[in-house]
Amino acid sequence: MDVSQYLEIFIDETKEHLQTLSDQLMILEQEPENMDTINEIFRAAHSLKGMAGTMGYKRMQRLTHDMENVFQEVRSGNMTVKSELVDVLFRGLDALESYLANILETADEGTEDNEEIINTLNGIADAATGKSSSEEKPAGSAPAPGSSTPDGGAKYSSIHITDFEKNTFEKAKAQNQNIFGVTVYLQESCILKAARAFLVFKALEELGEVIKAVPDVQDIEDEKFDMDFSLVYFTKESLEKVKAAVENVSEVKEAIVGPFEVVLDAPEAKTEPEPAKEEPKEAEKPKPAAQPAAARTAEKPAAGAQPAAAKKATSKPAVGRTVRVDIEKLDVLMNLVSELIIAKNGLVSINSTEEDTKSDAAFNEQIEYLESVTTSLHESVMKVRMVPIENVVNRFPRMIRDLSKKLNKKMELHMTGEETELDRTVIDEIGDPLQHLLRNSADHGLEDNDERIALGKEEVGNIYLDAYQDGNNVNIEVRDDGAGINVDKVRNKAIEKGTITAEQAENMTDKELIDLLFKPSFSTAEKITDVSGRGVGLDVVKTKIEGLGGNIECKSVMGEGSSFIIRLPLTLAIIQALMVELGSEKYAIPLASIETIEDVLVTDIKYVQTKEVINLRGTVIPLIRLDQILDIEANNNDVESLTVVIVKKSNKLAGLVVDNLIGQQEIVIKSIGSYINCGKMIGGATILGDGEIALILEVNALV
Amino acid sequence: MEEISDVQNLEIAGEGKQYIVVRLGTEQYGIDIKYVDNIVRNQRITRVPKAQHYFKGVINLRGEIIPVMSLRLKFGLEPDEYTNATRIIIIKLEQQSAIGIIVDEVKEVVTLTGGSIDKANTSDPSDPLIQYLSGVGKHGNGLISLLNISAVIVGRENKDVV
Repeated sequence: MDVSQYLEIFIDETKEHLQTLSDQLMILEQEPENMDTINEIFRAAHSLKGMAGTMGYKRMQRLTHDMENVFQEVRSGNMTVKSELVDVLFRGLDALESYLANILETADEGTEDNEEIINTLNGIADAATGKSSSEEKPAGSAPAPGSSTPDGGAKYSSIHITDFEKNTFEKAKAQNQNIFGVTVYLQESCILKAARAFLVFKALEELGEVIKAVPDVQDIEDEKFDMDFSLVYFTKESLEKVKAAVENVSEVKEAIVGPFEVVLDAPEAKTEPEPAKEEPKEAEKPKPAAQPAAARTAEKPAAGAQPAAAKKATSKPAVGRTVRVDIEKLDVLMNLVSELIIAKNGLVSINSTEEDTKSDAAFNEQIEYLESVTTSLHESVMKVRMVPIENVVNRFPRMIRDLSKKLNKKMELHMTGEETELDRTVIDEIGDPLQHLLRNSADHGLEDNDERIALGKEEVGNIYLDAYQDGNNVNIEVRDDGAGINVDKVRNKAIEKGTITAEQAENMTDKELIDLLFKPSFSTAEKITDVSGRGVGLDVVKTKIEGLGGNIECKSVMGEGSSFIIRLPLTLAIIQALMVELGSEKYAIPLASIETIEDVLVTDIKYVQTKEVINLRGTVIPLIRLDQILDIEANNNDVESLTVVIVKKSNKLAGLVVDNLIGQQEIVIKSIGSYINCGKMIGGATILGDGEIALILEVNALV
Repeated sequence: MEEISDVQNLEIAGEGKQYIVVRLGTEQYGIDIKYVDNIVRNQRITRVPKAQHYFKGVINLRGEIIPVMSLRLKFGLEPDEYTNATRIIIIKLEQQSAIGIIVDEVKEVVTLTGGSIDKANTSDPSDPLIQYLSGVGKHGNGLISLLNISAVIVGRENKDVV
């Protein structure tokens, strides 16, 4: 059987199940008696086993099978969950992940048997239950024979036909078409039921026309059906041919085809024209199989897996309906929206420059309309690219658990704001830096348990990961309640390493010293562990985050802990910017980095160490003469006041002196390519409405 | 259409390569036509501060931002004087983004066969431009210096010449 077309579905679903397993195992470790969790794990393992089996991944199937077995025992109360079991299960989980990684790359599961994990698993199960695991094998894998084919099985006969549909029947009869009822039973082991049903429909539509299906087509696509579905079908082909076509689809157990008699579906008659047989079908559509299956289990404990599987299948449509789109296609869409915004800006600028000739009210109105459409279009396209940060952070609880064991420190990870959304490109890149920071907190940040008790802190160390939106930014904060950064240690280390001189160190504030941590090759860990502390690290984190257009800062209080705050832009491609004029040139300053705009009298400029500063409401802010930095010929030097744009980089302020303000505008960021090497001051360029180019100033590099 | 089929025929026959002949001052240079994406008239160039001195800035070519380099400044010649004949040739090397180079004039397209191309004259290492040339083509009465375009774009500027 060719299953390659299902590979993507398989990979997606496997990822989902593995995540469930991981989450639930974490819970199980805390609450070994939690029956819901145990059931959840059992179901996930069972689904994984079935899927792996369908796809022909034997090793994966075997491992999940044994995991499932163990939980079968736990479920039935034959054994209890101990920490050694959880450990083995985590190892099993890792093994499954590596199978998946192999499958992702080569579509093959690889050759690692993980014999040892399986043996340990079975060993635990045997020890607890006193029987050989091989005896249990049939439990999960044997299909429950004869389970769902009710007598006759021709469920199609109970399909109701409305008046409206009756007309089509008459037409079909007039055209000498055969009207058949078809009931298709899928095999019990079938995992991708919707896919099978789809193939059945496809086969049938080649020969004729499907008029009506029960459950309806939408429900079938969503897998909201048990092991069978029925339909009414027009065709010119013979009954045998139709039957053969359906049964040709793999994993179809049986197809029952017969001539269909029209039953008029009068509104009152709908309730129960046919007895017993169809009752569960109509009345319990959402959960058709659960009850009969449960009834069977009573007689046949060996079939324990069945009700779980049925439940799993029926609970699935809770997942939102999605279409998977290649990120490149989204980029194209995004570019088109960008073009549209540029075109719109063009119209706006024509309108404002040629006010006398062209601007009548209607024209204005249309432009405003266009503006609102492009803005919403832009927003929706952006939203399509947004992914909740959950996709990245959900592997961290597990990581902290492992670190806790490895470092022999008790610690807990508290996460909030997992639903915060970020652009897909940012999400893909943010995982490693966050992981690094968490490891840092776990290893260097938190004290040993004994030390914590001695200090009067609670024994278990806390690490917090908080994500939240802040204006046009998303902040992610990694915080711990550990020892904090020892500034003196940093100072000594910096002097020792020659990063700074002793005199420099004297004059540096604590904050500046902490910032040294982000310099390359700077680690204060006294012992090198394999968790972190090899001297590469925070500088890499910083580089990566700045590459994403964000920044990172660190706050620390000795004895109370430290926190790293990452600030990331919501989106990368289109931003709000303030357009300014310098000489005859136009520049854009990203609005996100602007604090205020001030008019400053020339006489108010003071000098500190020959540098120009202004005193703004008690804060001393250095002035940056953009015309000098950007080699622009100054327009008029003898003015009384300057327009100063106050910008902010983390919590450093600076005032950029500009000639003129043009206004706020939505701009599309374009790269100026890699040929031109102009330092980091220019973050890109944008095309204005009139086709002119304005360069975007990179505030981070200026301040 | 005819031109296109001519190009194809020539390539298939392996008889020669086509070059766009441009003028820079009094000299003629040839650029392999397969790297030429487009030729546009001189247009408003937005200066990029702190860029290498031979980069005049960036232009907006149908919504794309393209850096523009002065071939004269790169070769250490007099700065450009923009005239009606000034053109920007948009070059696209494989796998790299487009770049524009400013020339005084675009003259013609010529086909040079292997026989009419001499290897660059390496006997004169003092010639500072030698690193940018791939050979010298003979066409009619004139000589055409054939540019090694990737060396022009990626290579270091020539500081020896003033």
